[in-house]
Amino acid sequence: MKKVVSKNNRGLTKSGPLLLIALPGIVYLIINNYIPMFGVFLAFKDYSYVKGIFGSDWNGFDNFKYLFRQDALLIVRNTILYNLAFIVIGTVCAILVAILMCELGERFRVKIFQSSLLLPNLLSWVVIGFIGYAFLNADTGFINKTIIRLFGGSEVAWYTTPKPWPFILILVYLWKNVGYSSIIYMASIAGIDKSIFEAAKIDGAKKIEQIRYITIPMLKPTVVILTLMAVGRIFYSDFGLFYQVPMNSGALYDVTQTIDTYVYHGLMELKDIGMAAAAALYQSVVGFVLVVTANAVVRKIDRENALF
Amino acid sequence: MFKQTDEKRFRIFSTVFLSLLTIITLLPIILIVIASFTDEKSLLSYGYSYFPKAWSLNAYVYLINQSKLIMKAYGITVFVTAVGTVTSVLVTTMLAYPMSRKNFKYRHLLSFFVFFTMLFNGGVVSSYMMWTNIFKIKNTIWALIIPNYLVTGFNVFLVRNYYSNNVPDAIIESAQIDGATEMRIFWKIIIPLSVPTIATISLFTALCYWNDWLNGLYYITKSELFGIQNLLIKIMNNVQFLKSGSSNYLGVGNMNLPGTSVRMAMAVIGILPIVIIYPFIQKYFIKGVIVGAVKG
Repeated sequence: MKKVVSKNNRGLTKSGPLLLIALPGIVYLIINNYIPMFGVFLAFKDYSYVKGIFGSDWNGFDNFKYLFRQDALLIVRNTILYNLAFIVIGTVCAILVAILMCELGERFRVKIFQSSLLLPNLLSWVVIGFIGYAFLNADTGFINKTIIRLFGGSEVAWYTTPKPWPFILILVYLWKNVGYSSIIYMASIAGIDKSIFEAAKIDGAKKIEQIRYITIPMLKPTVVILTLMAVGRIFYSDFGLFYQVPMNSGALYDVTQTIDTYVYHGLMELKDIGMAAAAALYQSVVGFVLVVTANAVVRKIDRENALF
Repeated sequence: MFKQTDEKRFRIFSTVFLSLLTIITLLPIILIVIASFTDEKSLLSYGYSYFPKAWSLNAYVYLINQSKLIMKAYGITVFVTAVGTVTSVLVTTMLAYPMSRKNFKYRHLLSFFVFFTMLFNGGVVSSYMMWTNIFKIKNTIWALIIPNYLVTGFNVFLVRNYYSNNVPDAIIESAQIDGATEMRIFWKIIIPLSVPTIATISLFTALCYWNDWLNGLYYITKSELFGIQNLLIKIMNNVQFLKSGSSNYLGVGNMNLPGTSVRMAMAVIGILPIVIIYPFIQKYFIKGVIVGAVKG
């Protein structure tokens, strides 16, 4: 009976009206996403403001040659190393927080802790830049004026001293994101069959053993999939973190410049459109290959969680 | 007996550890709040501190006197957030709905069309050149609303999955048999059924617009069009900018600018709305994160 209705229904469903409903979204994506894909030809031009987008001369791979001779190694290294640090340390911290949260047992406490840990995630990078400034600013910052005075040592001009920045950026990343990513792991832990823990308890397993032999192995699929997805995005960085937190300080570029901030500088500050476009295209292409590869691997492991 | 104490001990450890972590997480935010209430002189000589030597409301008094500038920036941010969120939700659900219809001929094609935008992009440079050269969007309010955020593949798939799982085919079929048009089905049946998913994407989109400063950074150079985030950037770079915002009302323009504490007061004003509505939205936010992470 149901089949008959469906068959009738196929006749009732006309494509036209449905396409019309989707039309505003289609038009938007064509403009916002598809047209710029064709704009990548700018990477092969010697852009001139006078001659414009189409009038500028072609220069083949010159922009890329220049990019790879100059800065490519540094910005790619920074982007990848920071992302690796974020993936490894971020995952460990998020799982730790999630496990401890699930041991609290009491809803109210979970809610308080979770809200507080999530709060930094709702702040904009601009505000986080302000917070960083309150700590790091050389003349009045909390670290120079209070911490260093308390524990001794000499004041540091933080915004011009590159050395501590990898540490600072990782710390700020964790501060903003651990609460957020722990939510996903908490959901996974909540999904584990309670009877497994009960059985382990009856067999005399201590809490720490239950975590070691039940919780962590059960989290493995989630970890693998989230990690692979993050690896697929390893060529992209959070622009706000690397631009606002170091206050766009030139002295720190060696350790804070990623592909995204580099493209911004090229486009908005140096006005070197060709090279910025070359860096952006390089990022898009490698990023595309990585996402597709990561997805293929996820698909092999667990078809359900693959993007496609 | 033994198991009981083991479990209890672990619970105590968790509570202590997470309490410490919570305090550490909140301390940076507390610092800027305290700094905004710190006397400027005390700030300059002793630095930002949790226990300031002298408290003062001067930063806020100053900002109230300059409120024209701040209210304007707030107004722009509120407008951009409201218009952006409503438009985004409308266009996103309209795009997601046909993708969820099992007997829509172009369903897979449309899904791929949306999906591909999540895999590949033309990069900031070509998108910037397009918006500024072809659409002439620079220094218009639309620059804050239209580029990048209006429709995201992530949201579209979130809504599509919701429809696929929660809207029974039978409802649509019976409406079709009754002669309802597709538009009518969408408005009268689908929209009322999608309240939870609309709540989720509205929340994410509104947060995204409220916190956005990138579109402003790229496309806005006129300070009249600054939203609250871009005003903050401007003030961080040049605190004197605050003086330009207002008349010499009561000679305020000449009043000594408590530059250091005023910056922090501005940041506090930027966070305030989020902190106020946060307790009400937290539940939906967490739900959205879980749904989005597992199947985006």
